[in-house]
Amino acid sequence: MNERHVDLEILRYDPETDEEPAFQTYRVPCQEDWVVLDAVNYVKDVLDRTLSYRWSCHMAVCGSCGMMINGEPMLSCKAFVRDMPDRIRIEPLANFPIERDLVVVTDDFMDKLASVKPYLIPREEKAIEDGAHVQTPAQLKKFKQYTLCINCTLCYAACPQYAHDQNFTGPAALALAHRYNLDSQDVGRGAREDVVASNAGIWECSFVGACSDVCPHEVDPAGAIQQTKIASTVDYFMGLLTPERDR
Amino acid sequence: MSRRPYRRAVSTTSWWLARPRYIRYMAREVSCVFIGAYTAVVVVGLVRLSDGAAAWGAFLESLQAPVSVAFHLLALAFALYHTVTWFNVTPKAMPVQFGEAQLPGGVIIGAHYTGWALVSALVLFLAGV
Repeated sequence: MNERHVDLEILRYDPETDEEPAFQTYRVPCQEDWVVLDAVNYVKDVLDRTLSYRWSCHMAVCGSCGMMINGEPMLSCKAFVRDMPDRIRIEPLANFPIERDLVVVTDDFMDKLASVKPYLIPREEKAIEDGAHVQTPAQLKKFKQYTLCINCTLCYAACPQYAHDQNFTGPAALALAHRYNLDSQDVGRGAREDVVASNAGIWECSFVGACSDVCPHEVDPAGAIQQTKIASTVDYFMGLLTPERDR
Repeated sequence: MSRRPYRRAVSTTSWWLARPRYIRYMAREVSCVFIGAYTAVVVVGLVRLSDGAAAWGAFLESLQAPVSVAFHLLALAFALYHTVTWFNVTPKAMPVQFGEAQLPGGVIIGAHYTGWALVSALVLFLAGV
């Protein structure tokens, strides 16, 4: 297999010794079928054991190896080196505080995800002996796309709105809220409304659309947020027309 | 081991130059300035019309100045850009599902252009064109 030498410029940050992050360059012999994660693994295994980063599945499922690669948020396990120039700049995901090297602090995202109640809120609990919940293929299709989110947070790294206002609930959390709101088994839309339809929720989004561009599973959070805006607006006017309507 | 998370600064003035998607977004946003200015020109025209034939004639003449023609071409370009980009995203904001089938995005976009054409035709009809 052909070997090609690539210079990886990796942003390093050691909270115990560094005042601020700085780039360090590593020359890596890459195989034709390598993804950027393989090259980073080579640095860790062969050149510099002090490098810190997250990864797990190496197959675009776990969502943990997101990095800025030449300025774009990408899953490093899905970004082929053969598609890259000879110098590859690797940084931690933008818009999150850097814990160490390529590891970022995602606590804010986790809190926001929890705030939209991303789980089924059924009308009533059903005992196992009462049988399965029934859902038609058409009902499933309404929200299936949004179930594909792997919480990789690439969308947060791409979102200029989140970059400038960290109060914004953000793309993935709002897409997940939409996923459950569209589920025929769920009645939790009203319970999510306080967060989702607030100023820091859907109305903070100005539809740049970068979140959907970078999503590795084509979840299209930007579309989900616009659909939620329309639903929320309809709710508002219906509320004016029928104040005592049970939502 | 101590934690000291580092937060990188984000430019508040030049962030939109970072990637083409942001530039396209800003172009769509800034189109409102030109559309707003065009609306102001139309309002001025209405005022001049109410001032009489001479004032209206002077207004029409001023529209033919090179600066005015350049402004109108620019405003038209931004209005078209806004319209096309906005219609192009309508299938994302308003997807239509029939059973298990999804209405193709092109149909939703086409319906918006059709609606726009019908409204334009109605306005032209009411204007006596």
